[in-house]
Amino acid sequence: MSQVVDDLKFSQTHEWVRLGNEQTIVVGITDHAQHLLGDIVFVELPEVGAQVQAGHELAVVESVKAAADVYSPVSGEVVEINDALTDTPAVINQDPYQEGWLCKIRITDTNEVDALLSAADYKKLVSEQEEA
Amino acid sequence: MVKHTSLYPQHLAANAHMVDFGGWKMPLNYGSQLTEHQAVRTDAGLFDVSHMTVVDLLGAGGRQLLLYLLANNVDRMAHPGQALYSCMLNQHGGILDDLIVYQRGSDSYRVVLNAGTRDKDLQWIRKQANGFSVGIQERDELAMVAVQGPQALAKLATVLIPAQLDAISTLQTYECVDVQDWFFARTGYTGEDGLEVILPGEQAADFWQALIKAGVQPCGLAARDTLRLEAGMLLYGQDMDETLTPLDCNLGWTVAWEPEDREFIGRDALMLQKQRGVRSKIVGLVLTGKGIMRTGQTVIVSEQEQGIITSGGFSPTLQKSIALARVPLTIADTCEVDIRGKAVAAQVVKPRFVKFGNILI
Repeated sequence: MSQVVDDLKFSQTHEWVRLGNEQTIVVGITDHAQHLLGDIVFVELPEVGAQVQAGHELAVVESVKAAADVYSPVSGEVVEINDALTDTPAVINQDPYQEGWLCKIRITDTNEVDALLSAADYKKLVSEQEEA
Repeated sequence: MVKHTSLYPQHLAANAHMVDFGGWKMPLNYGSQLTEHQAVRTDAGLFDVSHMTVVDLLGAGGRQLLLYLLANNVDRMAHPGQALYSCMLNQHGGILDDLIVYQRGSDSYRVVLNAGTRDKDLQWIRKQANGFSVGIQERDELAMVAVQGPQALAKLATVLIPAQLDAISTLQTYECVDVQDWFFARTGYTGEDGLEVILPGEQAADFWQALIKAGVQPCGLAARDTLRLEAGMLLYGQDMDETLTPLDCNLGWTVAWEPEDREFIGRDALMLQKQRGVRSKIVGLVLTGKGIMRTGQTVIVSEQEQGIITSGGFSPTLQKSIALARVPLTIADTCEVDIRGKAVAAQVVKPRFVKFGNILI
């Protein structure tokens, strides 16, 4: 069973969101997602200043096995990216919820965050998918 | 119905990530395919390859059948105890499968074919065997384990009985030997030294466990794929298929034109193709820009000409993306690959990236 962190919000497409200050959120991919992908060897991050829309492509994470789009869970402006991942993408496998964060986004609509899944709901989604 | 190899319980016990492959439930990895890949390049790894199709040809007509059936010439094996790589073609020269044939005795051959092509292959072989005095026996009760890596033979030696050890001690590359109901061949699909062992299914679990105890890393299909890609070995169904001939796939060396009077299936079609000229080849690509090349992506050779990635991925040894690609003969020493809508620069190299742990490019 994959790890799910309680104080985060989640998307249906396996991204997590951590609420920060001044309407800034941190985005990453979940433990379940990194586990499905396997050894991650390449990450393409958005540019700082890029405008992103909820549900649209935010980043690309590639494992030895496959390429996966990361969708932005919210709309807003990218204000910081985790540059360290360029050289050490495997950090996402090792620590998806902390060191493996992808980028920070200044959000335009807080309602989008409220609409995301709670940890309990996401756990349910993952356990359904892991059983399937 | 999905089939299980005799080592299926070992894979479950090892918590392997299991996938469907060619009608079989097979291990994709046992945790990290990178660790498994690395073990084979630097130490020793073992693979359950029992899903592969093992067919024994017994009787005086076996040699005659193979002379007709295969593009390579089994008489290139000067004596029993040798192995030969060949394609099996249809009348149009298209590759039905690639295989290794082992000569075990003067009237005894063993052929190892792919798993995904089993039904088609068996049907074809049986049809062509009409009129030859040969017994064709599929050996699906046998298990097959590949032990590969620079330490493969040394670690294997610690788990074999003296008679087996004796028999394999003089085995050269592409040679094979029978020791009672076990069969050993110094062949593989990784670019490293090692053996492939074919043994009774009911003895496979003990052998597997003994090798793990001897420090050999179990490896899944995912590592097998990155290892063979680095070694530049083609994968049937991906780098070659029925629509392509050996001449299209850099496999001209496996076509035995001599002796001229040997009529093998596909010969006439290949002769014609040779006269008309071959228009494509397989090259290796090393990505110099950012990203990972994937199977099916387009290679941009020039404004008019394109190629295709037949096997692409990440090379754990080079720490870069590498690929095999089918391209026009006119390709220069650089090109671009369309990766998700972006043209990314790549270097064109010989389609062999790693051999015996060393980077070749």
